[in-house]
Amino acid sequence: MASIAIENLAHSYIENPVRDADYALKSINYEWTDGGAYALLGPSGCGKTTLLNVISGLLTPSQGTIQFNNRNVTSLPPEERNIAQVFQFPVIYDTMTVAENLAFPLANRGLDKTEITTRVSQMLETLDLSTKAGKRANKLTADEKQKISLGRGLVRHDVNAILFDEPLTVIDPLMKWELRTQLKEIHQQLRHTMIYVTHDQTEALTFAEKVVVMHEGSVVQVGTPEELFNEPEHTFVGYFIGSPGMNILPVTVDGSHATIDGFPVSINGFYTPSKDARTELGIRPEHISIKATNGTRSPDYNELPVRVKRVSDIGRQIVIAVTLGNHTINLIVPEGTSVPEKHAFITFDTERISIFANDRRLSVASSS
Amino acid sequence: MKGVKLSVVFVYILFLMLPIYWLLNMSFKTTNEILGGFSWYPKNFTLESYITIFTDPTWYNGYINSLTYVVLNTIISVSFALPAAYAFSRYRFMGDKHLFFWLLSNRMAPPAVFVLPFVELYSAMQLFDTPLAVALAHCLFNVPLAVWILEGFMSNVPREIDETAYIDGYSFPHFFVRIFMPLIAAGIGVTAFFCFMFSWVEMLLAKNLTSVSAKPIVAVMTRTASTSGYELGLLAAAGVLTIIPGAIVIWFVRKYIAKGFALGRV
Amino acid sequence: MIAKTVNQRAWFLVLPVLLIVAMNAVIPLMTVVNYSVQDTFSPGVFFYEGTKWYKEVLTSPRFHGALGRQLTFTAIILAIEIPLGVMIALAMPRSGPWVSVCLVLMAIPLLIPWNVVGAMWNIFALPDIGLLGFGLNYIGFDYNYTQQPLAAWFTVVLMDVWHWTSLVVLLAYAGLSSIPDAYYQAARIDGANRWAVFRHIQLPKMKHVLIIALLLRFMDSFMIYTEPFVLTGGGPGSTTTFLSIDLVKAAIGEFNLGLAAAMSILYFLMTLLICWVFYTVMMREEET
Repeated sequence: MASIAIENLAHSYIENPVRDADYALKSINYEWTDGGAYALLGPSGCGKTTLLNVISGLLTPSQGTIQFNNRNVTSLPPEERNIAQVFQFPVIYDTMTVAENLAFPLANRGLDKTEITTRVSQMLETLDLSTKAGKRANKLTADEKQKISLGRGLVRHDVNAILFDEPLTVIDPLMKWELRTQLKEIHQQLRHTMIYVTHDQTEALTFAEKVVVMHEGSVVQVGTPEELFNEPEHTFVGYFIGSPGMNILPVTVDGSHATIDGFPVSINGFYTPSKDARTELGIRPEHISIKATNGTRSPDYNELPVRVKRVSDIGRQIVIAVTLGNHTINLIVPEGTSVPEKHAFITFDTERISIFANDRRLSVASSS
Repeated sequence: MKGVKLSVVFVYILFLMLPIYWLLNMSFKTTNEILGGFSWYPKNFTLESYITIFTDPTWYNGYINSLTYVVLNTIISVSFALPAAYAFSRYRFMGDKHLFFWLLSNRMAPPAVFVLPFVELYSAMQLFDTPLAVALAHCLFNVPLAVWILEGFMSNVPREIDETAYIDGYSFPHFFVRIFMPLIAAGIGVTAFFCFMFSWVEMLLAKNLTSVSAKPIVAVMTRTASTSGYELGLLAAAGVLTIIPGAIVIWFVRKYIAKGFALGRV
Repeated sequence: MIAKTVNQRAWFLVLPVLLIVAMNAVIPLMTVVNYSVQDTFSPGVFFYEGTKWYKEVLTSPRFHGALGRQLTFTAIILAIEIPLGVMIALAMPRSGPWVSVCLVLMAIPLLIPWNVVGAMWNIFALPDIGLLGFGLNYIGFDYNYTQQPLAAWFTVVLMDVWHWTSLVVLLAYAGLSSIPDAYYQAARIDGANRWAVFRHIQLPKMKHVLIIALLLRFMDSFMIYTEPFVLTGGGPGSTTTFLSIDLVKAAIGEFNLGLAAAMSILYFLMTLLICWVFYTVMMREEET
């Protein structure tokens, strides 16, 4: 088990990268502490799989270093890094039994027979596969196959880290939850450093203690699920986390005064963004309240006049899409709330408003 | 390691090219030079052999006859095989598996077994010594081949497409020609190529089902080799000319070579 | 995957194929069966002979010889072409601009008319002016394939290897390139060596295509006629006379109809049996 530190790491699949866009990974610094459970979250093509393959050693980065427990491993091949990796599609050795699959990495490292047998039976126990030990591995279901892939990593006690590359892609929805729970249990039991790549926020937020959000080859924020939800550092995080994501609206801010399309919105604190910065206001759908109106009364201070566009009942909650000028705003209200039919006023929860300048979150009384 | 691997590939390709080079070498030599002894390249470069082939009717008619039955066979094989392959890829019916195997067994049957009865059969049908006789005889192995390859391609087309089309009100012939055939256009092209090729390379049946008026190039070549006292230059030039069409067309089907040879099973 | 629907009307779609293949396969086979139980002394006069011809074929040293040579030939070329083809496929780069060019170059021998293959090797192996024949004699081998049985065998086998190994390469390569990268990556992480990768990943994934390659090479070599016929004419003596050459000799050369027909039937049954075994294995493989 190990901590993993990357420094000034960048990678390009092109031989002589010139422009920023040539890089699949743009200069990243981060340290994963020993025994943590991390998720790398981002949309397809954001560079998360590249980063994972750089950590596992399947790719050698164009620049920068990687250290496992302060030992530089940048140029070591995967077999010498002692990591385990579970891929998107289950990789199993078709011709071997389940037990032989688990024994394979140990046999390759020349362990003696009795040691292999004990470890394999322990691992079968841990993975809940004891009854299938003698079965041909290609006869199993997709989730069992993924467990074997995982087991081939775990069976090596000295493994530095376990990397997951969207491991639940081909698993049935029901089994997904089951398998994720089992993963968490195994993590709590063995305390391996785990890095889990996914584009699914639910997977990331339920699995990880800390989530690394990536966007266009850069890390935009690292934080606990709560931090990502409440204090997104980047408009992308706000938008990407949550369902529906954060509403991002263009705004003009001067000190503690903010206006959207001429309507005043009260905000907490004092912001001084630079004059030429593009400023935006972020508010989560959960933090907006709605009130019906007959369309004749003019809005009070802090109320925004909107038209209701679409209402969808998603079970315990109702998602309402409304339009303010030509902006669409989503809000979530509990079931049972009376939904106005046409005209409404909405109010933002002042405490929960984030202000962004050029996509970066502004802290109170700072300037960009 | 990588260097070793690449040199293995290189040596193999070199081994493949050497006899072809030698054929080319011979085809550009004069008869005197050929009989004169060993040489790496033609010292008196000549197109004499090629000119003979293109001006002597026995030679060029050989090519025309071959092309005639090969094209005929390709058209017959593909058009007969299309509906059958569709049936095999989409439906289950009585005896389907046995029929599919029976087709394969004909692709695998030795033509030598069929030579004599074919001569009798096509003589009885008044077709002996016509390109049509050879074209029909080659159907023995080319129709099964076409069915198998096409079935391989068709099975990769999702069945939902058929169902959607029927729901949209297409009749079967309409659907098959307008929607389905464009979808497997590549497969039809590949099948046609392989039918063409296997008919083109076959000699035993082609030679024995013809005598004078429909004599194919392969028969002209073997008779030249045995009767007219070893005209190696001519033989080599004729050989080179038979290689060219395949070598050009294969570039267009390069992605499907393995699939075609594996009877559509890859 | 939806299961195929049962539809007996599909028979109408198959009917044209059935008719044309039946015309070519069933009628001639019936003729052959007919001949195989009769004898003739003058054209048009036949009389029933029962199993006489079959007994004669089965006890004739000539048939045993041809069958023995045939099986030896098939065994030798399979033992060379399958491993060699797999080896070359493994040596091919997994991707890159040159792969297509290599594959196309390799496929060229497969597209050459079989008699041209024979003629080409005939010229190539001539001891005085052929590169192979001249070369072998030049480096000290006494080589003449028209006179020495061993040299004739060597040439016929080498020609077949030249002609057909590419088929195995193409199929094996297709099998190899269908293996996802993740398998190789997982194997590296599991610390597998080159042999283990071959044994546990590449070979199992190639199994399907290798069965097809084996089937095709077995059957096609078992019915080989044109190439050795043009190269050696079955000689020297009858040392390279394989089943098809012998059969055509009996049927067309000697016009020994009854004997040839009985040979044909036995030959045909052998191919049918082998083909059925392969078909069964192949279909079982496809279902899993």
